[in-house]
Amino acid sequence: MREHDVEQELVAETYEGDQEIVPRDRTSPDELRREVGAVLRLPENYGLEGAEVDIERTGDDTMIINMGPQHPSTHGVLRLMMELDGETVLRTKPIIGYLHTGMEKTGEELTYQQGATNVTRMDYLSPLNNELVFALAVEKLLGVELPPRAVWIRMLLSELQRVSSHLMWLATNGMDVGSTTMMIFGFREREMLLAFFEKTTGLRMNHNFIRPGGTAADLPDGWEDDVTLICDTVERRLDTYDELLTGQPIFRERMEGVGAITADEALALSVTGPILRSTGVPWDLRRTMPYLAYDELDFDVIVGTYGDNFDRYAIRLNEIRESIYMIRQILERMPQGDYRVQDKKVTPPPRARIDESMEALIHHFKLFTEGFKVPEGEVYVAVESPRGELGCYLVSDGSAKPYRLHIRGPSFVNLQALPVMLRGGLVADAVATISSVDPVMGEVDR
Amino acid sequence: MTVEPGEGLLFPHRDEYHDVVRSHREQGFEMCSDLCAVDYLAHGGRRLPDGVTPERFEVVAELLSVEHRRRVRLRVQVPESDPEVDSLWDLYPGVEAMEREAFDMFGIRFAGHPDLTRILMPDDWEGHPLRKDYGVGRVPVQFKEAPGPR
Repeated sequence: MREHDVEQELVAETYEGDQEIVPRDRTSPDELRREVGAVLRLPENYGLEGAEVDIERTGDDTMIINMGPQHPSTHGVLRLMMELDGETVLRTKPIIGYLHTGMEKTGEELTYQQGATNVTRMDYLSPLNNELVFALAVEKLLGVELPPRAVWIRMLLSELQRVSSHLMWLATNGMDVGSTTMMIFGFREREMLLAFFEKTTGLRMNHNFIRPGGTAADLPDGWEDDVTLICDTVERRLDTYDELLTGQPIFRERMEGVGAITADEALALSVTGPILRSTGVPWDLRRTMPYLAYDELDFDVIVGTYGDNFDRYAIRLNEIRESIYMIRQILERMPQGDYRVQDKKVTPPPRARIDESMEALIHHFKLFTEGFKVPEGEVYVAVESPRGELGCYLVSDGSAKPYRLHIRGPSFVNLQALPVMLRGGLVADAVATISSVDPVMGEVDR
Repeated sequence: MTVEPGEGLLFPHRDEYHDVVRSHREQGFEMCSDLCAVDYLAHGGRRLPDGVTPERFEVVAELLSVEHRRRVRLRVQVPESDPEVDSLWDLYPGVEAMEREAFDMFGIRFAGHPDLTRILMPDDWEGHPLRKDYGVGRVPVQFKEAPGPR
């Protein structure tokens, strides 16, 4: 094969077609205006003044490059096509789908009981939140009310999960901006939380612990001591992180004023979570639309001012503090009682009953082979995951399997803000900005 | 337009969908938090308010008002013969990826969307996977090194 042919073959193999960013000479001026427009695509800004838009630029001045899908800083298989003018980013397009495994389709083939094992694999850094939103949606359709202990166990776990997810973010963000110490620290602390999850649920990740009707089991003996130890240790070490990063000139230089986004842009782009809060909008579903028993807890919603990377860092760091404050309240107030609803329709009989009662055995068998039927209807439930609004839209046709399961992944939507955040910045800052969005590709592609 | 009493649930007709969303945006719904589609092919008798003709597809948009802490859900009927609705992109730029996903998975076209291409599936993929009549598991897996039939 001649050299020329080989080259063509290679290009053909990697060509992604229509999804790619198009060179300037093939992009319409309207499209360019839109890409450059401040609030990316708002109609009032649609007709930008010519002076603000460099549509006259030729394709020779700029370069289109790929970042990813196999780039260590993109946190998974995210591919960014960027148009660069020297070191400056002009246009960006996130291209996703490399991790698409059809989980929404799979969800239609699994019963409601099995469903939690599926959704827990979407956002693999906060699996318990995924299970929670699915369980809440199913329970809303079923119309069951949970015993208080189940609610508080869920709340405890989802706050611990938030701590672990934010620690993971601090670790990877540290690595992206060049602080390997922070990476080791973050993973070290997260390990403690994962050990507690393993003790409680049996697995470090993908727990399948929060199920429709309650939780899979009660908390293990001595959980209070473990949780207290986790709280004390993490709280103490947060101060170390503060010393290591918050005041450090190099770190601040890389984070402050980089990747800024305004509140209007964030709202228009449906961005939620720490990114929206970093622009100063106090929107936290735990406070604004409380679920579980969050209205009984005392906590602050952390907001930023400038919407830059540093604000997002500070928000996540302080959200760990708030979560620990909440966990301490939960420790004190954890109610006694059952950890799952005693509704024969949803809950299998206890193990001991199966040995002595034929009916219990049949009941158990039926529940685990056929599952339970959920009344017809459709419901949308949203919770605040560490990344933002995690929603579940569930349609039931009255059978034992969801008719349609749609998960609104916060990372999927937040990624759309990347072109706005990156525009006009440097390529080197892009790494820090991607990291500050905290995308989890398992959830983006589902 | 048909309004379901109780929770914020609206059933606008396809033609008035965009105007209804626009009026909501003017009333202070700053964000379109979710948009997805449902294929009701295999689900015969779903409950709809009087005056709404059931069609095969539904586009479901979830609007959120940060100021008033309210949500409202819009369900738009989209016929199989002409699966096209107006895009909300000029009102809420954040729906861009969500509408692309609905297009990719269900083949519903969004008129006015700037870049209606596949987002999760490869460009040369045939069919729309989340449709109910999309065959599952019909692709035989063939390993290159596998021995022939014995």
